[in-house]
Amino acid sequence: MKLPLTIDETRKGLKEKKYSAVELVDAYLSRIKKYDSDLNSFITVSEDIAYKQARKIDDLIEELREEAFKKYPLLGVCVAHKDVYLTRGIRTTAASKVLSNYVPAYSATSVKRLENAGCITIGKTNCDAWAHGSSGENSDFGATKNPWNKLYVPGGSSSGSGVAVATNFTLVSSGTDTCGSIRLPANYCGVFGLKPTYGSVSRYGIVAMASSLDSVGHFARCVDDIKAVFDVTCGVDFKDSTLKNASKEEKQDKIKIGIPKEFFSDGLEEKVYDAVMGAAEVFKKANCDLVKVSLPHTKYANSAYYIIQSAEVSSNLGRYDGIKYGKKRKYFGDEAKRRIMLGTYVLSTGYYDEYYLKAMKVRSKIIEDVQKVYEKVDVVIAPVAPTPPFKIGEKVDDPLKMYLTDVYAATANLSGIPSIAIPCGFTKDKHLPLGFQLMGPRFSEPLLFKLGKLYESVSNWKPVVANLVR
Amino acid sequence: MSLSKKQVLHVANLAKLKLSGKDVNKFKKQLSEVIGYFEQLKEIDTSKTEPASQTTGLENVLRNDEINTASSLKQKDALSGTEDVHNGYFKVPAVIKKD
Repeated sequence: MKLPLTIDETRKGLKEKKYSAVELVDAYLSRIKKYDSDLNSFITVSEDIAYKQARKIDDLIEELREEAFKKYPLLGVCVAHKDVYLTRGIRTTAASKVLSNYVPAYSATSVKRLENAGCITIGKTNCDAWAHGSSGENSDFGATKNPWNKLYVPGGSSSGSGVAVATNFTLVSSGTDTCGSIRLPANYCGVFGLKPTYGSVSRYGIVAMASSLDSVGHFARCVDDIKAVFDVTCGVDFKDSTLKNASKEEKQDKIKIGIPKEFFSDGLEEKVYDAVMGAAEVFKKANCDLVKVSLPHTKYANSAYYIIQSAEVSSNLGRYDGIKYGKKRKYFGDEAKRRIMLGTYVLSTGYYDEYYLKAMKVRSKIIEDVQKVYEKVDVVIAPVAPTPPFKIGEKVDDPLKMYLTDVYAATANLSGIPSIAIPCGFTKDKHLPLGFQLMGPRFSEPLLFKLGKLYESVSNWKPVVANLVR
Repeated sequence: MSLSKKQVLHVANLAKLKLSGKDVNKFKKQLSEVIGYFEQLKEIDTSKTEPASQTTGLENVLRNDEINTASSLKQKDALSGTEDVHNGYFKVPAVIKKD
């Protein structure tokens, strides 16, 4: 059976009885079994639950026919959740040995909402432990590999979720983005990824990393699917108090796209520069204005981010004491230990003002920069990372070098704005994915989707799946 | 900017992490490098800037103080993550020493 590539195609196939939901699950599971031992994108495959949900969906279709598809917007859509999403009855590890035996007693809001909309939970994806990392190599369950070339990293921390969509192990997948952890794997795996506005999607039931930065988003193979999942997951749930039901109105007249010069300066590899500028030209062809803008504090964003993030990490990981659930603190891996110690240091007596308070002030400067830019333009286009995918092991012994991978990601998280990562081709020499990001003001997701669709149609983009051999 | 061994052990102790001798040396070097990188923030004048701790602008978000039994965990579920249970309670290590 030929697996569908989009939600629309999936629903059509189910409607026309080309396949049943159970047959869809069969097909995804057989792909996972055949190919994932090499790629390591799943930590847990939830076969029993997936079949149970699929049988229920087949019954619903039998019973309600057309009505079932109206009632359940994501009927039959297979989703793989990053293993930091709590899933009732399915082990949730955060890719750390500390939680290697943890089976949650409740599900995250996003998991529940997706299941209520007709989704099938196919499994839990690998990631950097506690979502700490940019390459997928920090997982206590082994590194995830890039499906386009197994010697390269898939980007992190939501590494398995990026890979699972790129390989069609699932139709869509979920992730978290504290500083690029959705956008980077989307970029390195050649799929779409959304980091929503902070405060639009509930963090309830997600293993917390840095609470003022964590964004709950997802991966898919086209903009329509990104939107379809967002429409289900966004909105107030009375459990996460940072949420707001809001949506910025779409602009109807000519759209202005900002090109921030600080995102195109030293350290940006030429291949990436050319790819992003090529994408900007596509928008120009589609009658958008390109405007040069400046975000002057960009080069400080990463420092401010690592101080604030590690401080919040040290506090959030303080709860793991092996008493109520999980194992003792000695099971933390090196990266978690580094971040806990870094955070403890910047918050400790004598250093708080110098590091933590200073970083919070720099965060204000960055927010001001962003606000000023959106007085001039509607969105901003930028690279996601300074280089195409890098080799496994290349940065693993040099944490600072690894941290600098996040240099273009930090702005969106520090200022709470949404960003969509869009694939735009491959490198000529090694055929590794290239992409760009569009960042808009808070709650401007409708405009990001509109522009994403515009890009798809003008560039004639078609959903792709990595060619796997065994 | 360089951290001393003593400082590394101090923060590890504050965070309840145990480090081996080899770990201390490795983290001392790595943490010193990262903290050294943070020095760049000193270039920015923030004397007139207020700190930002969040981006939502929301304050005092409250809900009615009502018990929702449907979304509350049963005692059995709340205790399901641990084997150290005593009479329906979590068992915790003693924090007060016996004389």
